[in-house]
Amino acid sequence: MTLQPRIDAKQAAQNMGDVAPPYKAQEARIEATRCLYCFDAPCIHSCPTGIDVPGFIKQIAEGRDAAAARTILEANPLGASCARVCPTEVLCEGACVLLDRDQRPIEIGRLQRHATDYVFAHDIEVLSAPTHKSGHKVACVGGGPAGLACATELARLGHDVTVFEQQQEAGGLNTYGVAYYKMPPKISLDEVRMIEGLGVEIRTGVSVGSDISGKELLEQFAAVFVGVGLGRTYSLGLEGEDLPGVVEALDFIKEIRTKPLHEVAVGRRVAVIGCGNTAIDAVTQSKRLGAEVAAIIYRRGPEAMPAYEFEYDLAKRDGAEFLFHRQPVAILGDAAVTGLRLGSTAVGSDGRLQVDAQSVVDMPFDMVIKALGQERMQENLQRVFPDLQFTKSGEIERDFSTGATSVPRVFAGGDAANGGSEVVDAVAEGKRAAQSIHAELTGATSGAHVQESRLGVPTGPATGAGINCPVRVPALEADYHKKQGGE
Amino acid sequence: MADLRIDFAGIRSPNPFWVASGPPANTAYQAHRAFEAGWGGVVWKTIGDPIVNVSSRYSAMDLGAERMAGFNNIELISDRSIETNFREIKEVKERWPEHAVIASLMTDTQQNWHDIMKMSVDSGADGVELNFGCPHGMCERGMGSAVGQNPDVIETIVGWVMEVAEIPVIVKLTPNITDVTRSARAAKRAGADAISLINTINSITQVNLDTFVPEPFVDGSSTHGGYCGPAVKPIALNMVQCCAADSEVGIPISGIGGISTWRDGAEFLALGATSLQVCTAIMHHGFRIVADMISGLSDYMDSKDFRTIGDLAGRATANVTNWEVLNLHYQRVARIDYDKCIGCNLCYVACEDGAHQCIDLVDPAGYGLGPGRVPYKPVPEVREVDCVGCNLCSLVCPVDDCITMTTIDNKREPLNWKTYQEKLSNGDMDPIPAHD
Repeated sequence: MTLQPRIDAKQAAQNMGDVAPPYKAQEARIEATRCLYCFDAPCIHSCPTGIDVPGFIKQIAEGRDAAAARTILEANPLGASCARVCPTEVLCEGACVLLDRDQRPIEIGRLQRHATDYVFAHDIEVLSAPTHKSGHKVACVGGGPAGLACATELARLGHDVTVFEQQQEAGGLNTYGVAYYKMPPKISLDEVRMIEGLGVEIRTGVSVGSDISGKELLEQFAAVFVGVGLGRTYSLGLEGEDLPGVVEALDFIKEIRTKPLHEVAVGRRVAVIGCGNTAIDAVTQSKRLGAEVAAIIYRRGPEAMPAYEFEYDLAKRDGAEFLFHRQPVAILGDAAVTGLRLGSTAVGSDGRLQVDAQSVVDMPFDMVIKALGQERMQENLQRVFPDLQFTKSGEIERDFSTGATSVPRVFAGGDAANGGSEVVDAVAEGKRAAQSIHAELTGATSGAHVQESRLGVPTGPATGAGINCPVRVPALEADYHKKQGGE
Repeated sequence: MADLRIDFAGIRSPNPFWVASGPPANTAYQAHRAFEAGWGGVVWKTIGDPIVNVSSRYSAMDLGAERMAGFNNIELISDRSIETNFREIKEVKERWPEHAVIASLMTDTQQNWHDIMKMSVDSGADGVELNFGCPHGMCERGMGSAVGQNPDVIETIVGWVMEVAEIPVIVKLTPNITDVTRSARAAKRAGADAISLINTINSITQVNLDTFVPEPFVDGSSTHGGYCGPAVKPIALNMVQCCAADSEVGIPISGIGGISTWRDGAEFLALGATSLQVCTAIMHHGFRIVADMISGLSDYMDSKDFRTIGDLAGRATANVTNWEVLNLHYQRVARIDYDKCIGCNLCYVACEDGAHQCIDLVDPAGYGLGPGRVPYKPVPEVREVDCVGCNLCSLVCPVDDCITMTTIDNKREPLNWKTYQEKLSNGDMDPIPAHD
């Protein structure tokens, strides 16, 4: 059985349209007037990029959508993407004081989308780069959120920036790796165009390491920012992984984002292995693209699930099934995948997960999507920068607040350094690295766009590695952490 | 159940809520609808030589998503003939004998005042209200507020009216004056049976920043309009209390100005009004709002064991005194209920920038603020020793009952400015040190 498209263009547009519809203008203003305009607002502290949330909301309330967009994009150049893909429930909206009064926070994400949509829809340029250039050239390796944020900040500080991007388009996962119903690729590409408008040169289709070496980069540029993200999906280690019908979640999602929706092939019975947010994106989109059955297969129970609660809810609403405490022990099929042999799992006396060989069951699937988290880029990066140091788990070792690595003039941030986190975290790291690059190149103590709490809130990781946000909502923080594994 | 009936200077109505003279009281059709909805009286839209109106006529001030917090109009008195208006009053009065129908009047010469008073009596109206308040248009012709702003003229014209008055005469006062009691006293001196206040306040509600023409827009221009609606209530309450407390006024007061709910009405009654007039709230929501006004006032009066309007009227009047007799030794401080505090810190910034710098932001440790709280988030803490009890923090606090102004028993004998000055001059006490 071969995979095939299952719905027509009309159905596809309907199924894959916005999960969170845009506001009408007055609707946005009314929501904006609910904002209390807190002093030293917790939503600002809960945003890794420190967007002045009450400030931009007040601008919307006053009918100044373009000004609101400027407030947002100056703090976070990927503010349009983040408005859609941020887990606002555990960040800004989770910190909104109105949760305590009304049980209903301000819809910050939707308001942010309202403002940023406005400037992109009307071709209004809200960011600008100085006409007088510093003369310094900086390279950003990887055109994903971290690299783009770094490039934007550097361009706004007057430096010449070149972004090296392997794919056809920059934007990273915003362009290629987000569920379509959360954000179509156009939003990410609009942001890329905006950043190019600041004079940032984006060279796509370039592979650093083969097309240009690390040594050449360091010769041609005063500083290099490494924001290459993560690599391929971890393999299952089972035979049959190369059978037709077995795909990586990110490849499936990329196909959705690069082909007409009604031409995307999907199985009739789809298994998604893993239960992180990417797995949810895969299982939900499988259903929306016409799969009769789409099931998450997860070796632990729902309590250990790395996906956010609201993602889990969405998948359930879409009719996805969840097979907990199951692990594939074999991939079935000769010419193509026909099913999975699933074993029951339990935590053994040693605390480790064990598969019960006695209780296996074969289930028919014609498509198996692997969403097991992504490999680290250590090997590739070591070929580019042989002196680059890594953590035990394979992330680039860097100073959290500056992005400085073990190699002089090389900085790092984003998933490659934090092991995989939110877009907004990557943006924050790129921005911070840009500021320390600027300081190093010019001797200036920039920090112009970094906000600080009056009480000197710790700016390092609150708890655990890879968390960039100074402050996160405690009740929801655990949920946020679970995402890091990306299982 | 409370008895809401009133006898206002001889005008009886089943409840104190009257439709004020204005657009909702323009026709018999509207009066029928108002009485069907439950209004106790209608003060007819001012009758006089028919005028010609402009288009457009109204504008408003919105507050956030709230429409018409303040409202303004440049509409003049009735544009219908005197005969039509009195014919309709007669019809309405015949159909609603138990309800109050009051003719609002505006004219110029003594003879004209005599004529229109006679027509009012003939129509069967329960009383008349002399419109000495309208601040736009008519005042340019020597009527409306042009009369109401000059106590001598008030006295003269009320005198003319009283020469032929066979029914109660209410004088409607303008707030566009420094001391409203001077107008009220003039009306009293001339024999008026009652006063009503306030009429609308001179205003410009908004300027169009593209055309630079304020609203309401009339062919490239605008004019000063009369301001009313919820925003004017504090001004009206102040003026009603001033008249109620003035021993030289001493005649019934019909309270007008921003009344939108039973509570607004009850406040006017408490400060000394004994009838209430409503216009803008009807223009916003229709006659139906009176049902809640009646039931709300009735429920409130029951809860306080007030049997009649008279039991409530004037209860607060004497509690407004001159500043000089306020107790300088009374002390209250702000106290924050941390179970309710949501951490917006608006109290902090208000006190710090807008008042007396008595709130600190402190480490939250120990306060155990509720769910959804952010660690490291500083919380406000009142330095009671420095708190002057100004109320600002409790006013900006968006949570009910979170910041409470609490009276401190400082064991100090009451002292007001007057006695302080006396004691100082007698050498009985040292000056209170300056707040340096």
